[in-house]
Amino acid sequence: MSTPTTTDAEALIENLDRKGPMHHFHHALHKYPWISPGIVLLVAVIIFGLINHRFWAISNLSLITQQVSIVGAIAVAQTLVILTAGIDLSVGAVAVLASMVMAKTAAEQGVPGPLALLLGFAVGAAAGALNGFLITKLKLPPFIVTLGTLSIFMALTLIYATGRTINADKMGDAASVLLWLGTPIQVGGFKITYGVVAMILMYVIFSWILKNTAWGKHVYAVGDDPAAASLAGIRVNRVLFSVYLVGGIVLAIAGWIAIGRVGSASPTILPDANLESITAVVIGGTSLFGGRGTMFGTLIGAILVGVVSNGLVLAGLDQAYKVLAIGILVIVSVALDQWIRKVRS
Amino acid sequence: MSDLSSIQPVVQAKGLIKTFGRVVGLNSANLELYPGEVLAVIGDNGAGKSTLIKCISGAETPDSGEIMIDNEVVSFKSSLDARAYGIETVYQTLAVAPALDIASNLYLGREKRKSGILGSVFRKLDHSGMRTTAKEQMTKLGIGTLQDMSQAVETLSGGQRQAVSVARAEAFGSKVVILDEPTAALGVRESNQVLKMIELMRDRGLPIILISHNMPQVFEVADRIHVQRLGSRAAVVTPQTHTMNDAVAIMTGALKVDEKDQALRPVRVPATA
Ligand SMILES: Nc1ncnc2c1ncn2[C@@H]1O[C@H](COP(=O)(O)OP(=O)(O)OP(=O)(O)O)[C@@H](O)[C@H]1O
Ligand SMILES: [Mg+2]
Repeated sequence: MSTPTTTDAEALIENLDRKGPMHHFHHALHKYPWISPGIVLLVAVIIFGLINHRFWAISNLSLITQQVSIVGAIAVAQTLVILTAGIDLSVGAVAVLASMVMAKTAAEQGVPGPLALLLGFAVGAAAGALNGFLITKLKLPPFIVTLGTLSIFMALTLIYATGRTINADKMGDAASVLLWLGTPIQVGGFKITYGVVAMILMYVIFSWILKNTAWGKHVYAVGDDPAAASLAGIRVNRVLFSVYLVGGIVLAIAGWIAIGRVGSASPTILPDANLESITAVVIGGTSLFGGRGTMFGTLIGAILVGVVSNGLVLAGLDQAYKVLAIGILVIVSVALDQWIRKVRS
Repeated sequence: MSDLSSIQPVVQAKGLIKTFGRVVGLNSANLELYPGEVLAVIGDNGAGKSTLIKCISGAETPDSGEIMIDNEVVSFKSSLDARAYGIETVYQTLAVAPALDIASNLYLGREKRKSGILGSVFRKLDHSGMRTTAKEQMTKLGIGTLQDMSQAVETLSGGQRQAVSVARAEAFGSKVVILDEPTAALGVRESNQVLKMIELMRDRGLPIILISHNMPQVFEVADRIHVQRLGSRAAVVTPQTHTMNDAVAIMTGALKVDEKDQALRPVRVPATA
């Protein structure tokens, strides 16, 4: 019974052969985790266009990029944090707080535009530093820390803004600087904004940094296995702290992009930014367990979320279907990640 | 023999105590490593071998006791501090980042940057340079079958991963190299390659601490054998004065060795590198 017959062996060999292409696909996904969301994005763009040809209109595609710019920028910070096996639930709140500081110091203290911007960046950095401090020094889990600071930053924003929106006309001379990222530009028929360019630039820059600097390697190593990273001589806490600090500055830039896109600063914009940024990161093939993923994947993920929202609306479907579709995408992405992580040579 | 008697230890641990809650990892453990020698550390599972070398490599901080490097008392806060002294360690758990590639792992924590502005201002890493060196290191280890240095370590077999760890220690160790069961997952050929590398490093004058459960291996390469038992040193013997059976008997407590019969002083004249 235990001796394998020739037919068993043949079946085994045949099985191995059949595993061939799947095996290669598995390895490709392992090396380039953005392939699967890329394919889904391509399919989505084709299908939505077939359902409603207006989807393919340059004006609509331009609109999608603008709609994606804020969450896309926020997702840069979220990607850095998730690569370290953390999570940041306060990203939206930090971006809004920074944007309120920029607008309100300009509107009420008459602070010049560039200085108002810097103040916003400083507040973003401080918020990130607070998260980083609580996580590395008090050793609290990122989920709990940022759940707490989410409420704190939201409350601070409401208290500071006294619940009011600050429109462009109130920002005085600073308006030109604060709204600058809303400036539209034509790129070969596409009408995008400086905000879109800023977002894409952040992806290019952080992609480069993650690939080409020691800091980038350390971010991956810390997310992968903090104990091993520490034995290998990496100052784990320093890397973690820097990720939240840099993330805070990125979020302030996202807040700046938001002022340009919306034309005002409001304490209540971006209600879904937290979940949408996590969604973009996860769909983009970055592992929630850390150490694995790319900026480029997140960009695809963010665009995919934008495409699905926009496409379903143009297809005449209710908002609820967008939420449904994104929920399914998230679960499929995480399941795929689990499978990808099993790769062995 | 007069030069042997004047030799001072490179590494000296005195009365190290390390507890984990109620578990005693080290109970007043001593260790001396002399220049240019291979010191094997053997002992049953849980005897405190890994804990002992972790204290020396900075990965653990002893509750009390003293560690001296070249007769200078040191207190390592992390493995980074020990590295600064040129102490390189291959941990039993390997300490690799699975998702990073071989070259990145080899250089983890001390990456090589490009020359010129790209490196100094933009901090760009010298990927191709690191890959070339990584390849050379792996070939030296006899793992020349690994072609692609940009392959993620998690796609490697256990033995290949171990080879990456050993290669890292060999490449950077300048004062002491510590190997915690470096051949545990290796095949016969690869194990022999690691043993050869140990001899190579020894011939360069580099002292080595080797933890192993493989008695024939230990008796082949070790100059002195430190037997760890219940958190402290039971005896130090040599392959010449004691047999494998003796060593096992010391490990289990069945044999006690009188201090005058132990090899507490160096037996090898260090190679001058
Ligand atoms: N981080 C830790 N937390 C709690 N107990 C620990 C820890 N590290 C080691 N110990 C305990 O200390 C003792 C010595 O462990 P150590 O790992 O040094 O043994 P070892 O001699 O290396 O064993 P092995 O041959 O199995 O590797 C064991 O009882 C172990 O359970
Ligand atoms: Mg051990």
